Amino acid sequence: MNKRSSWALPYFIFLVLFVVLPLLLIIVYALQDGSGRFTLSNLGKFFTDRDSLSTFALSLEVAIENTLLCILIGYPAAYILADKQLNRSAVTVVLFILPMWINALMRTLATAELFTMAGVHLGKGTLLFGMCYDYLPFMIYPIYNQLNKMDKSYAEAAQDLGATPGEVFRKVTLPLSMPGVWSGVMMVFMPTVSTFAIAEFLTNNKIKLFGTIIQENINNSMWNYGAALSLVMLVIIAITTVLQKEDADES
Amino acid sequence: MRGKDTIINIEGLSQSYGDKQVLHDINLYVRRGEFVTLLGPSGCGKTTLLRLIAGFLQPTEGRILLEGRDISGIPPYRRPLNTVFQRYALFPHLDVYDNVAFGLKLQKVPEDEIEKRVKRVLKLVSMSDYEDRDVNSLSGGQQQRVAIARALINQPRVLLLDEPLAALDLKMRKDMQIELKEMHKKLGITFIYVTHDQEEALTLSDTIVVMNEGIIQQIGTPIDIYNEPVNAFVADFIGDSNILNGKMFRDRRVAFIKHEFDCVDEGFGENVSVDVVVRPEDIYFTTDPAKCQFTAKVNSCTFKGVHYEMWVDTDTGYELMIQDYDPYPVGSEVMLYIDPDDIQVMKKERRFNSYDARVTGEGKVMFLDTEFACHTEGFNIGDQVRADIRFERVDLLDHEEGADLTGNVVFILYKGDHYHLTVKIAGGGHIWVDTHDIWDKGDFVGIRILPEDIKLSKALSGDE
Repeated sequence: MNKRSSWALPYFIFLVLFVVLPLLLIIVYALQDGSGRFTLSNLGKFFTDRDSLSTFALSLEVAIENTLLCILIGYPAAYILADKQLNRSAVTVVLFILPMWINALMRTLATAELFTMAGVHLGKGTLLFGMCYDYLPFMIYPIYNQLNKMDKSYAEAAQDLGATPGEVFRKVTLPLSMPGVWSGVMMVFMPTVSTFAIAEFLTNNKIKLFGTIIQENINNSMWNYGAALSLVMLVIIAITTVLQKEDADES
Repeated sequence: MRGKDTIINIEGLSQSYGDKQVLHDINLYVRRGEFVTLLGPSGCGKTTLLRLIAGFLQPTEGRILLEGRDISGIPPYRRPLNTVFQRYALFPHLDVYDNVAFGLKLQKVPEDEIEKRVKRVLKLVSMSDYEDRDVNSLSGGQQQRVAIARALINQPRVLLLDEPLAALDLKMRKDMQIELKEMHKKLGITFIYVTHDQEEALTLSDTIVVMNEGIIQQIGTPIDIYNEPVNAFVADFIGDSNILNGKMFRDRRVAFIKHEFDCVDEGFGENVSVDVVVRPEDIYFTTDPAKCQFTAKVNSCTFKGVHYEMWVDTDTGYELMIQDYDPYPVGSEVMLYIDPDDIQVMKKERRFNSYDARVTGEGKVMFLDTEFACHTEGFNIGDQVRADIRFERVDLLDHEEGADLTGNVVFILYKGDHYHLTVKIAGGGHIWVDTHDIWDKGDFVGIRILPEDIKLSKALSGDE
């Protein structure tokens, strides 16, 4: 090993200890029963258990809804922030990013408290609100970045060729900002699939998400089944990543 | 002159950003089918003018007429003009075909018609087999061609080109120049072309508009601009030249480099200070003492490909540049003459610095937003006066301490035995300086003026 590459050694050790090893452990635990024998029954249990499957479906549904909501609110916000004429100060950008610096759990608790105080019924509506509130900055920032670094002459060229402002957006600005939207989706969709704290606090544990049942199983020392559920989620995340990559390569 | 064949007419156009004025009262007309070049150094306002015509900017003052119709309020997407952008601005998410077809698709032209026209225009720019190529995989020159095709397919009344060749290497640039010129001839579309490259402007244009600091300096054919520059800026910017202080004795008789010459200029008056321009290829060597007007010693001689470039010291102490097909050995004494036709005499823009000023106290006067010490005998406090300072009496320092003002050198003119500098003052305004010291464009300078060098006179005396 030459001198340069030895600098990477600490990071290599870190990766092995805290990323690769835990992932292997998840796989090992998922494929074992309580007494350490190899089995597929944990995975089999998930795919045959109606409750688990419906929770899983609900989690995906909520994650998709939340992601769409974040795009719907976040894209216009990012667009306005990146427009030099509509937004002349860098402070507004910071204001949008600011909530990211506060612990998500704290914000969620405060939101739940506010809803209770206002007498709002805690349920799916409040859950989506909380998720969107938590994850919106992660959608806004990548889109803002993408729009901000986009060469303004593309929009000007489109206008020059006869595109109205609406057509400029549809045919040039939007397609060119898709990489930003995709990284926003990655940063919002994946964490929402595995979230459990927001569901717990903002629905009073009425709605259980996939993350919630993983947490419950682990808490109740059902490590093997919990690991199997985690494995399912990892596969979902891997599929999303691959899909996103393919899409990015196409454009 | 401004008859039916005028396609674009610009009247009293001014443009400001905040309190910074970038275009001053631009008046210009462009004839149908003409190749007009806006030429000037960076920051002269040429690109701003082009963007105003394209519609990306709204003029602060004045108007732009297209075929007699005011287009000032019309957005760029409804102007029948198309632009070739400096960095091409090809859409990276579309291939060559879709880039070129972009304008026609917006107009909902039928698909088979689009295909026909894209094929035709790609053929015009010699890019026929590239339809399916990703624009990012093209070379600079190819991207340039696609950008031109994309702009031409809409059949614009006027094609605007913003330094389209600036990003290409020299060889490619020369080839593209020829192709552009041919395309212009073939299509008959009016071209408005922006460049800072004077050679490009001379090669391509029917008409050149020379600009500096937001003001049109001269409008004319390449030959006019080259042979008869109206001021020292144009003479210096276009081609190589010897620019010298001179004195017009009377019509057709001028003195410079401490020699007298016959010339062809008239109407300047008698004993008037002027600027004289002599192109380096217009100073001739002779062996005939009868023809010799002055002698000089060859100081350096450099081969430039087609000609030799020589610097000579005249018998009267001036340095001149001469271009000739034959070299003369360094150190040799030569006899020289200039034809009367080749001496271009220009009115001096100014003979000294002159500012509106106010006496603010005993021995104090205010101009250029700065208070200077000077002799104020004969004036009262509060008097509006003119303060004149000779070019050579302005001291330039390379530091701020002890300076009355600071500024940056924005323009340097070599006058054979000294430099004439234009210094832009930090707080606004200019001061002109004659010096023997060597400064570079952009240099930060401190400016000092001694009290005895500021000459006050009654205001309202008019200029000069």
